[in-house]
Amino acid sequence: MSAPSKNNRGYVALRKNDGTGETMEDYIIEMLGITKEFPGIKANDNVSLRVRRGEIHALLGENGAGKSTLMSVLFGLYQPEKGIIKMNGREVKISNPNDANDLNIGMVHQHFKLVHNFTVLENIVLGVETTSGGFLKMDDARKKVMKLSESYNLMIDPDALISDITVGMQQRVEILKMLYRENEILIFDEPTAVLTPQEIDDLMRIMKELVKEGKSIIFITHKLNEIKAVADRCTVLRKGRLIGTVEVADTSKEQMSEMMVGRPVSFIVDKGEEKIGDTILKVENLSVKGRHGSKRSVNNISFEVKAGEIVCIAGIDGNGQSELVYALAGMEKAESGRISLNGKDISKYSIRKRTVNGMAHIPEDRQKHGLVLQFTLAQNLVLQTYFSKRFQKGGFIKFKSVESYAETLIKQYDIRSGQGTVTIAGSMSGGNQQKAILAREIDRDPELLIAVQPTRGLDVGAIEYIHKQLVAGRDSGKAVLLISLELDEVMNVSDRILVIHEGEIVADLAPGNTTVRELGLYMAGSKREGEK
Amino acid sequence: MKKPNKNPLLRTGVVTFSSSILAILVGLLLGFVILLITDSSQAADGFAVIVRGGFADGMYGIGQVLYFATPILLTGLSVGFAFKTGLFNIGASGQFILGAFAAVYVGIKWTWLPGGLHWITALAAAMVFGGLWGLLPGILKAYFNVHEVISSIMMNYIGMSLVNMLVKQTAGIYNQLQNQSYPVAQTANIPKWGLDKIFPYNSMNGGILIAVAFVLIIYVLLNKTTFGYELKACGYNPHASKYAGINSKRNIVLSMAIAGALSGIGGGLLYLAGSGKYISVVDSLAAEGFNGIPVALLGLSNPVGILFAALFIANITVGGFNLQLYGFVPEVINIITAAIIYFSAFALLFKSVITKLALRRSREEEEEKDTPPPEIPAPPKEENTRTGSGEGGGVQ
Repeated sequence: MSAPSKNNRGYVALRKNDGTGETMEDYIIEMLGITKEFPGIKANDNVSLRVRRGEIHALLGENGAGKSTLMSVLFGLYQPEKGIIKMNGREVKISNPNDANDLNIGMVHQHFKLVHNFTVLENIVLGVETTSGGFLKMDDARKKVMKLSESYNLMIDPDALISDITVGMQQRVEILKMLYRENEILIFDEPTAVLTPQEIDDLMRIMKELVKEGKSIIFITHKLNEIKAVADRCTVLRKGRLIGTVEVADTSKEQMSEMMVGRPVSFIVDKGEEKIGDTILKVENLSVKGRHGSKRSVNNISFEVKAGEIVCIAGIDGNGQSELVYALAGMEKAESGRISLNGKDISKYSIRKRTVNGMAHIPEDRQKHGLVLQFTLAQNLVLQTYFSKRFQKGGFIKFKSVESYAETLIKQYDIRSGQGTVTIAGSMSGGNQQKAILAREIDRDPELLIAVQPTRGLDVGAIEYIHKQLVAGRDSGKAVLLISLELDEVMNVSDRILVIHEGEIVADLAPGNTTVRELGLYMAGSKREGEK
Repeated sequence: MKKPNKNPLLRTGVVTFSSSILAILVGLLLGFVILLITDSSQAADGFAVIVRGGFADGMYGIGQVLYFATPILLTGLSVGFAFKTGLFNIGASGQFILGAFAAVYVGIKWTWLPGGLHWITALAAAMVFGGLWGLLPGILKAYFNVHEVISSIMMNYIGMSLVNMLVKQTAGIYNQLQNQSYPVAQTANIPKWGLDKIFPYNSMNGGILIAVAFVLIIYVLLNKTTFGYELKACGYNPHASKYAGINSKRNIVLSMAIAGALSGIGGGLLYLAGSGKYISVVDSLAAEGFNGIPVALLGLSNPVGILFAALFIANITVGGFNLQLYGFVPEVINIITAAIIYFSAFALLFKSVITKLALRRSREEEEEKDTPPPEIPAPPKEENTRTGSGEGGGVQ
């Protein structure tokens, strides 16, 4: 770590104070010297986190930096080997989530914990129901929930089923759940990952309102823009260790990311002019049936991707992106329409035949589709090519070529793992798993690369790397189809943006001629191209 | 972190193996307790008899062990092979008896075949019919989404009744007096290849060698071929296999057919052993089929592991026979076997305990040397606790 000394006062000063233990400040939560070990790793190594009353405190770090572990310790899910937790200056023991509840600590998990066939109200009171003689008494609860919803400006319909409301609404339900339990310390675990830009703005506003009312918030994230937007202070973890706590106002995004990653990171994707070639992928009037029969999940979509360009399909999760990709890759049947690759109609081709004909696919869910987690890294690296002459003879695997090929890829794509080629894929970090998939798909030298949310859940260092590889693919004349939910990624990486909404393409834009705001409107379906 | 693991206890193979051994020890301990309860004065002697098993009687006893190991080795392979590919073949019993019938039919009827070919044809028939009996649940699973456990349990009963019916109705096979099949022709018996000279046990024959050959074949198939690679990929992660364009439907069908064929061969080997065992017309499922499940579990679905598991179970089975000398009922041995199997299901638990202990050990050593802590890999993933999916082995 070598942050420039300028603008760095907050960070240095606070570090000094760490040792001496400031008692003057009004800390609601202090986690001091927390060490939590798992077999083989120290997930938290002498980490301290102090949250002031009424502040939004960001917890920043890459994946595997120990953020979740630290919060799980605070929430009573793990017991630390060393260290103490103080609340309002008094030491407390939190040995399970019920203890945390009693201490008024609440958490919104990344994946909401809601009962889908219950109403909003039922979900909010779940576990703390008001009863009388064994019967539910919902009237008082309803009054209380409505009052909370009004005073915090959290609009909800108490009688709607969770399965019928949007993700943004579900998040509000989770927040109300904490408020209903009169929690004082609210933990938000990567809350913006599932939201549209407008919903994110809303959430930021809500968070600010909550602290105004005296709540304290711990905000786990790796998005620096959001920290800049709402947080007062930020604690940075790297590899299980505390790097420091900084005043957000005095620290630039670049400094924070350097603290997080341990080296300078560039946010701007370095890419030159595109050199557009022939049409590689041509989709005509493609439709895919919906899961439940009624509505088509992909409705009459047509578009083209040419060699040397990155076309990005932007949209809110669940608007038909997955189905579109499955249809392109042959994993799901299209209802109608035509898909051509390099002029060849591949609509009827099997998955394998499409792969062999130059289609590569970085799947959305790397652990479900992308890898066989029980296989070794080497075995996974040949998942799409094990049947080729290079790796088998007469049905017998040529272990030597597999091994040496895997070693080449590991070196070339900097895939880090515990034991090299024989590492079990499931034991690798998410970023390296993704690198392995990327290496496997790109190295086959495909004509078309379909990448579905390739940076999901990755930290800035890995994101930077993946973006570079996508651009390198494009520059070497491949057609790249990127499906992304991240607007920064959409704006930075793509040469052309197609916005998808409810299975239809509603806009075809150039990133230079549009704004994040406008994209958000298209994505939410409140705007269509042509009707400005 | 590119250093190899110096601590031998941390190598997966060692951990896996020692967890099975631990299961066996705990099972035996429980068996000892049962012996104590039954008759405490004889318990120590009885326990010694169980552990020594066939070895108590020298080469004769070892021959006995090999003879009993043969059928359960094949049904164990059958179940283990299916496990590796993500399928639970509980239908080994039906496949076994179908194979047995096919072998007996050819053995009795096709006497026109020349000597050397007769037993081979009979065994091949057993393989084909066992395979067919596995193929059906495979097709149901792959194309109609019928769970293989349900369909292969049904196939067990259909197979049992069908064989009973066929034995009774086929002229020249049914021995009405004994309510069982007639012995097969001499030429249909598996050759002894001199094994009876080494192991002077009356029923000793070459079956064990054929069984071991299949262990090797399955090992090579699973670990050295692209077909095995595909099968394992489908077993571990059907979604990723689909993504990679592997034809999982075909693989499910083939995998069940191969598993069935292995059980069928098991049936063939037992009834072509020339040991005076005939297909009895009784309404009970062939026990050898079900015994394959514990063998596969104890062997952690690894073909070589299954070989040792089958030998071990055969050994304590022989010990169980000898137990009667001390006034114990032979059922005690069934309970002990069951206890071992029961604890072998805990093998995964033992495995994680052993890993944990070994890690703590090596960490303490590391701290003494005061080396800096290792780089932090991904947060700990949840242990994969699927029963039956043992070690990958695989491409290395």
